Amino acid sequence: MDTASVHQTLLQVDNCRQAYHKDNNTDLLVLDNVQLTLRESEIVALLGRSGSGKSTLMRIVAGLLRPTAGDVRYRGKPVTGPFDGVAMVFQSFALLPWLTVSENVELGLEAQGVPKAEREKRAEEAIDLIGLGGFETAYPKELSGGMRQRVGLARALVVHPDLLLMDEPFSALDVLTAETLRTDLIDLWTEGKLPIKAILMVTHNIEEAVLMADRILVFQSNPGRVAHELRVPFAHPRNRLDPAFRKLVDEIYAVMTRRQPGTERVTAPTPAAAFATPLASVGTNLMSGLLETLAAPPYEGKADLPALAESLQLEVDELLPLGEMLQLLRFAELEEGDIKLTPLGGEFAHSDLDHRKKLFATTLRASVPLIASIRRVLDERPNHRASAVRFRDELEDSMSPEYAEATLRTAVAWGRYAELFVYDEEADQFELEEPEEAEAAD
Amino acid sequence: MGRGLSIPWVQRMSDTTHTGATHGLTLGRRLPNIWDLAAILTVFGLIVGAAHVVPGAFVKLNGTATAEIQLDPSYLPYYAARTTLRMFAALAASLFFTFTYATLAAKSRRAELVMIPILDVLQSVPILGFLTFTTVFFMSLFPGSIAGLELAAIFAIFTSQAWNMAFSLYQSLKTMPTDLDEAARSFRLTSWQKFWRLEVPFAMPGLIWNMMLSMSGGWFFVVASEAITVGDNTWKLPGIGSYVATALDKRDMGGIFWAILAMAVVILLYDQLLFRPLTAWSSKFRVELTAGVEGEDPWVLKVMRRTRLMRAVGDGVGGAFSYVTGLRLGRAPRLGRAWAGRGGSRLGDVVFMVIVAAVAAYAIWQIVAYVTETLGWSDLGQAALLGVYTMIRVLLLMALATVFWVPISVWVGLRPAWARRVQPAAQFMAAFPANLFFPIFVIAIVTYKLNPDIWLTPLIVLGTQWYIVFNVIAGAAAFPTDLREVAANFRVGGWMWWRKVMLPGIFPYFVTGAITASGGSWNASIVAEVASWGNDKVEAHGLGAYIADATANGDMAKVVLGVAVMSAFVLVFNRAIWRPMYAYAVRRTTLG
Repeated sequence: MDTASVHQTLLQVDNCRQAYHKDNNTDLLVLDNVQLTLRESEIVALLGRSGSGKSTLMRIVAGLLRPTAGDVRYRGKPVTGPFDGVAMVFQSFALLPWLTVSENVELGLEAQGVPKAEREKRAEEAIDLIGLGGFETAYPKELSGGMRQRVGLARALVVHPDLLLMDEPFSALDVLTAETLRTDLIDLWTEGKLPIKAILMVTHNIEEAVLMADRILVFQSNPGRVAHELRVPFAHPRNRLDPAFRKLVDEIYAVMTRRQPGTERVTAPTPAAAFATPLASVGTNLMSGLLETLAAPPYEGKADLPALAESLQLEVDELLPLGEMLQLLRFAELEEGDIKLTPLGGEFAHSDLDHRKKLFATTLRASVPLIASIRRVLDERPNHRASAVRFRDELEDSMSPEYAEATLRTAVAWGRYAELFVYDEEADQFELEEPEEAEAAD
Repeated sequence: MGRGLSIPWVQRMSDTTHTGATHGLTLGRRLPNIWDLAAILTVFGLIVGAAHVVPGAFVKLNGTATAEIQLDPSYLPYYAARTTLRMFAALAASLFFTFTYATLAAKSRRAELVMIPILDVLQSVPILGFLTFTTVFFMSLFPGSIAGLELAAIFAIFTSQAWNMAFSLYQSLKTMPTDLDEAARSFRLTSWQKFWRLEVPFAMPGLIWNMMLSMSGGWFFVVASEAITVGDNTWKLPGIGSYVATALDKRDMGGIFWAILAMAVVILLYDQLLFRPLTAWSSKFRVELTAGVEGEDPWVLKVMRRTRLMRAVGDGVGGAFSYVTGLRLGRAPRLGRAWAGRGGSRLGDVVFMVIVAAVAAYAIWQIVAYVTETLGWSDLGQAALLGVYTMIRVLLLMALATVFWVPISVWVGLRPAWARRVQPAAQFMAAFPANLFFPIFVIAIVTYKLNPDIWLTPLIVLGTQWYIVFNVIAGAAAFPTDLREVAANFRVGGWMWWRKVMLPGIFPYFVTGAITASGGSWNASIVAEVASWGNDKVEAHGLGAYIADATANGDMAKVVLGVAVMSAFVLVFNRAIWRPMYAYAVRRTTLG
């Protein structure tokens, strides 16, 4: 650990806060009080679910985004905009489609005003280093996803940045291609062939973080902040099957499923906070499927999340929201990296469709205040109709419009499945079923 | 996500490029082939054939009584209503034409070979030059009645609206996803049911976008078609167009102002009451399942969806529509027929070829006979030379408009808040015909004794430059955020930013706009190269002025020649410049 502090600090982020301003003066916090120190010769991973602000933090580090508050320093100097010391690799590759591979790679050099001859020489070196030799004159659209991301890497490396930023660089690739790129990159890094001093990467893949990083910052969502920091003590190349590796992965799962202070509202909610519990867009089919899987052998009601994720081919980003929603509905419980079926969840798994809908309706009304409130309003109204606008507005008081929309969409899907209400998309209003009857009543 | 990222961009692009011009361009052929030739001959054969009928008709028309146009603005609401009715009648006719012509072209392999080139030629023909002639033709159908004049005006507007709509439907029908088509066939929908249940809904977003463009383009023709002068005779229909013509005649600046105001109100009204709701409604027919960026529902749509009365009316109309379109008219697909039809019969092909050849031969005979009767080679030479003058004007002004507007439009497009406000304004400006700006130009030219060859030129792009503006704004607004971030991250700035990042990114959008602008400018030259304000008349040298003069003198042969030469210029322009440019743009700037 002490050796780390010997290395020079490259980048320092202090008390960083990012908020989006809303009309009604309630700022939405995306990042809250984030600290980050990057030193030479280390790979740091920012790990978290989507919406935890990790990509935002990366853009702040790159100087692409100005933080609402806080201090970003690169080699002691404040960062005020994009600067020469960093280069970024994008999840979407972000290659300019009208430039060839070598023109794309030369982009940063040309912007720096490097003479043509040297530009070509350095581009050629980077292209060869990253395994793109022979593709120089190809256009991006002729390349596979893996090759495109290699161009993205070469383009970033050719400017010899101190700090390489990678924003979910492998998540748009298939499993095998991603693994090849990861190992190639780590090999080059450990052999000291990369002209860079440090790497900061954003990922939502726990194994990827443990495989590549020396240090992992686990982000918590809403607002985004660093919940946990841990070191990965293994030397490269790392073995995914090594028990110590597995243990670390398990630990991180436990950290990520741990109920965070401040989100205890699930158990003891204030009415307003409970109403505005964000609902992840998790479909009823997916929930039923997981409950059935959990109820059946080999799990018999309890499963280890990493193992489950692997066997179901689900990313943390998908599995955790699913687990949390099941927990919200009291069908399952998350605990230290495990998921456990509740008796209610077990009953659901073994019921037929009609009974499932009844169970679902009961638990929705009991545990999801938003849905309970929609139903209550519909019951109270003489015409049994209610515009969705008021619920959306109410949600927007405590979450961003996108979150509010997603939450409401999930509520609609669940409510429809449970047959608690119907939703008319064109009129944007909720109605009780049997509208003919309602018509006659008023 | 990564591969997905490039795709929405392309899709959004295709949303904004649903113009007829680009549909023509995406057909892929560059050099004219035998079918193009047949198409050109057929179109001009028809024109010439009809022109034979016309001279005799002139005499009968002298006594036709037409309305006296009052310049009192209190008459304007009535005139505006008449004009609007005419435009919607033309729109209805265009829709009917679209549904029949484009469907036939898309369904019949043989018909397609001729019909699509014909559409392409029709699109390039400056119909404005034929206004007088079509007016006289329709009036001769209804001697002594105003109905002929009405029909002629509606026909003129129709010719400005129909072609791009037909292209849009044709393109949609040809790009129908195979799985949807297979689903429709496996459920044995009849051809009628399939058309209304699958094909029309699928084509709806593009069709509505093109209807909007067509309405904008139609104003140009309204102003020209409501007041027609041939020789000493002037016919006027009550409407905004003839109001403008009268105001120009009487040097009434206030009248011009009131006409502009009335047009603005009408455009605003049909935009709010019709097209905004239609566009929002048609978005449900988009095939992509991912929800795009959706704006707030237009207020009219909200009213229609939420008030009980409007809903009831809507349900009634919808029910009737769905009953009619659900009838099992037409034939259900049968396995045997579908397989047998694949090969097509050789005999049928031969018969079809013979018919096309016969029509083309007859057209050649007609054209040669007609033109040699009155004109010589020197006339052709003169027209071609004047065509070169007009071409220089169009090219120069397009270049100037590009240099001026592209940077501004990019600036606006990159700022969503601005783009939202400027975009509709630009579309609005595109609807204003050049005639409205005559007074300014004529007065300036006469007062300062300026050279009309130079100073009348700006009128050509006055209306059409806006197509460049709103297409480039759309392009810049759709420019992917991650590519902008790349540019910022690698600190690409200054001229390099334009050259390597932004200009290639907006290029397909620019070409789309430039095609429409260029075609429109040729058409506008007929109006813009001769301008008058009361008794002051200034004229530039050019093919537009040639056609306008020939029209005023009732010299039909020269009109035909002038229009033919202009069509040739436009066709060659499209095939030699725009089509390769568009193909290049699409090939280079998309990741698909």
